[in-house]
Amino acid sequence: MAGVRKAFGATIALDGVDLVVGPGEVHALIGENGAGKSTLMKVLSGAIVPDGGAMRIDGEPYAPAGPLEARRRGIAMIYQELNLAPHLSVADNVMLGIEQSRFGLLRREAMRRRVQAALAELRHPDIRPEVRVGGLSVGAQQLVEVARALVSDARIIVMDEPTSALTRHDTEQLFALIRRLRQRNVSVIYISHFLEEVRQVADRFTVLRDGRVTGTGRVDQTSTSRIVEMMVGRRLDDMFPRVPHAPGDVILTLERLCGNPLPRDVDLTLRRGEILGVAGLIGSGRTRLVRTIFGLEPVRSGRVRVCVARGAANAGSRPSEVDGGAPPHRRLAQGIGMLSEDRKAEGLAMGLSLADNITLSGLRSLGRWGMLSPRRQRAAAMRWIERLNIRARGPEQVVWGLSGGNQQKVALARLLHQDADVLLLDEPTRGIDIGAKVEVFRLMGELAAQGRAILFVSSYLPELLGVSDRIGVMSRGRLVAVRPAAEWNERAIMTVATGAATDDGTDGADV
Amino acid sequence: MKSAFLTTGSRFRRVYHAFGPLLALVLIVLGFAAASQIKAGLDAHRYLVQRNRAREAAGLEPEPVAGRWRLIYEHKNRFLTVDTLRGTANQTVSVGIAAMGMTMIIISGGIDLSVGSVMALTSVMLAWCLREGWTPGAAILTALLLGGATGLANATMITRLRVVPFIATLGMWGVARGLAKGIAAEQKIDAPAYWLGTVLARRPEPAWLVVSPGVWVLIGLAVLVWAILRYTALGRYVFAIGSNEATARLCGIRVERVKVCLYGIAGLCTGLAGAMQFCRLTVGDPTTAMGAELDVIAAVVIGGGSLSGGEGSVSGTLIGALIMAFLRVGCDHVGIPSWVQEMVMGAVIVLAVALDQWRHRRASAQV
Repeated sequence: MAGVRKAFGATIALDGVDLVVGPGEVHALIGENGAGKSTLMKVLSGAIVPDGGAMRIDGEPYAPAGPLEARRRGIAMIYQELNLAPHLSVADNVMLGIEQSRFGLLRREAMRRRVQAALAELRHPDIRPEVRVGGLSVGAQQLVEVARALVSDARIIVMDEPTSALTRHDTEQLFALIRRLRQRNVSVIYISHFLEEVRQVADRFTVLRDGRVTGTGRVDQTSTSRIVEMMVGRRLDDMFPRVPHAPGDVILTLERLCGNPLPRDVDLTLRRGEILGVAGLIGSGRTRLVRTIFGLEPVRSGRVRVCVARGAANAGSRPSEVDGGAPPHRRLAQGIGMLSEDRKAEGLAMGLSLADNITLSGLRSLGRWGMLSPRRQRAAAMRWIERLNIRARGPEQVVWGLSGGNQQKVALARLLHQDADVLLLDEPTRGIDIGAKVEVFRLMGELAAQGRAILFVSSYLPELLGVSDRIGVMSRGRLVAVRPAAEWNERAIMTVATGAATDDGTDGADV
Repeated sequence: MKSAFLTTGSRFRRVYHAFGPLLALVLIVLGFAAASQIKAGLDAHRYLVQRNRAREAAGLEPEPVAGRWRLIYEHKNRFLTVDTLRGTANQTVSVGIAAMGMTMIIISGGIDLSVGSVMALTSVMLAWCLREGWTPGAAILTALLLGGATGLANATMITRLRVVPFIATLGMWGVARGLAKGIAAEQKIDAPAYWLGTVLARRPEPAWLVVSPGVWVLIGLAVLVWAILRYTALGRYVFAIGSNEATARLCGIRVERVKVCLYGIAGLCTGLAGAMQFCRLTVGDPTTAMGAELDVIAAVVIGGGSLSGGEGSVSGTLIGALIMAFLRVGCDHVGIPSWVQEMVMGAVIVLAVALDQWRHRRASAQV
């Protein structure tokens, strides 16, 4: 790929990206969220058409009109969220779109044999072609996707964060599989945040930042810290501005909190003026934990204890404690706010205005007896737009047209508007650019300095390490270890997160 | 850009948004006026020519006949008259009132298919009460409460039994129609109409009302619903739920409770629409308002409501209801057979939504 560019409106997602992948090479594509990795891979897979640049496969020009053509030319994608139809069988999934038929009838037996051959080649003849995919573990489902790639004679397989949902054991299986693919002269483009993994599996790497290539080279000849610098484009100290804050009284206590089915038996204390980071793989129950605390998921057993003492006026008075589970509106009243990991599907009402989105959880303060003053609503929104430096045409603008960073600020503004004392932030930096990230980190520091407590869930370990005071790691629904951030490093977190440290042999039970 | 224009949007954008359907309405009215004029002129011309032929056959001197265009020009328009407009407004009342509730439901991302049946049920109930000797006031109140009760029943099915609105209200569509027939013993109920017969009178008494009391009820209800949507937290919640229910939950909105309110209010509206239906017919007919739900939904959708939720407006719905009514009255007036009318109505609904989509796409391309 040479000089690939793509702009979405004013946002330039790719700005002249070059990428060279050799045959039988495992090439790591590294970059933060929003750096352009996904966009680049969508160009490769024909899902979007680039504005400029050219691509070649084996020297022949390649300009796919759509995903189907890309597949015919030997490019297979394996996304983070697996693309399988859970109700269909393994064989049906593998052959989906390339079914063999004679006289309009499916040749089931021939297809089954082909699928079986592919699975055997992956050294997984244990997966039977006729079982329903929905019943398989995540690792096995991923194998089905790889089998699909093999059956369609893929020569380039793109894997987008493939290990984020895998246990330690499955991860190693996957790495072994990648090595076998390499022997078959299949090229693998491996997208990941985790530099440790990249080091284990990849031959060469390319780093993307803000839609540009900031570095490329051989993995074994480049130090990890050098790669990190390429990723963030600045010294780590500038990336994570420290606003001094000190922990105060305990404000949130979890006692053996169990959800349905996750989290399991979580004990936790959160203090005012503290940023507590939560690490863990996808599916480990981080998001479930946050949602259970906030009352969006049912509490099966255990307690959530909140110290309610709203505002400065109550600072001296004895805080009243509230126990047990509660629906979101009660949690809001107790001063807890939650930022959803999924802005589009849950965090924001994309079709509504900034003003509506910012004030939605605190409309009661903008009028009496259920009445509402649009003027006061606008004024309140304006205040937060200025305070958080949200770039928008005004409070009436629909959230839909904002950039990811500004959307996230709108979501954060809602928590600030409702004056939350405990902020549950689930992936607050997902899909936003680096400038906005630094602003979010600074804001988190300032909020902590005001005596608010922050529970900070993130998949990106450097930012967890850089921002949090303490870090807890979740594995299979349990909060395994909570220690001061200084005692952690990336490798230690991953070891705990993948269950290597506390493996109790209950594999396959994870959800 | 997708715009929930009833939220704190700029005045300009709101006017712009209501402008499309309004333009269509004006064009339709003027079109029918012109068609009616041309048809009247041509009819007059044909009549004069035929009379001359008869005169010639009888050996009389033919009279000079003016040109077609002159006759068309000179003819007095019978479509753009106060009476026709009043009549059309009266025809809008039932559908319009029911459409007020439907607007709120559709903005919240729901749908109510039971409207026609519930209108029949409440109008039959009203007639039954009157026949049993109740006062008109008590009878109307009963009809309203019955409408509200069906709304609450819909809400219960949707929020407690977790049945999607389409199915829940489809169930109510059958139940209410059956119940209406049961109450009426499969016949029309004749009942004394008292003053209810004058609610939709062509010439209102007293004359200073200009339009019938029923039309005023619709206008009052429209203002009320508009105010609810714009000036109350409930209204904002309706938009939020329709735009993104998960967000609404995240913001601590008690989604189930809002839906119960919503379907309850919509049920009251439908009850009122049923009462209006009785006022128009002055009998309780259990087979009335067959398929009215589709007219009501069409009115909302023509007015810019989106079935995926988050969009819709009171003004748009009113215009949508008027478009439907004018199409019907106009087609009758010009003498278009009813089977053509139905085809036209169907085409207009699709055309309206296609145009709305096109405007959305164009607006979002400018972002």
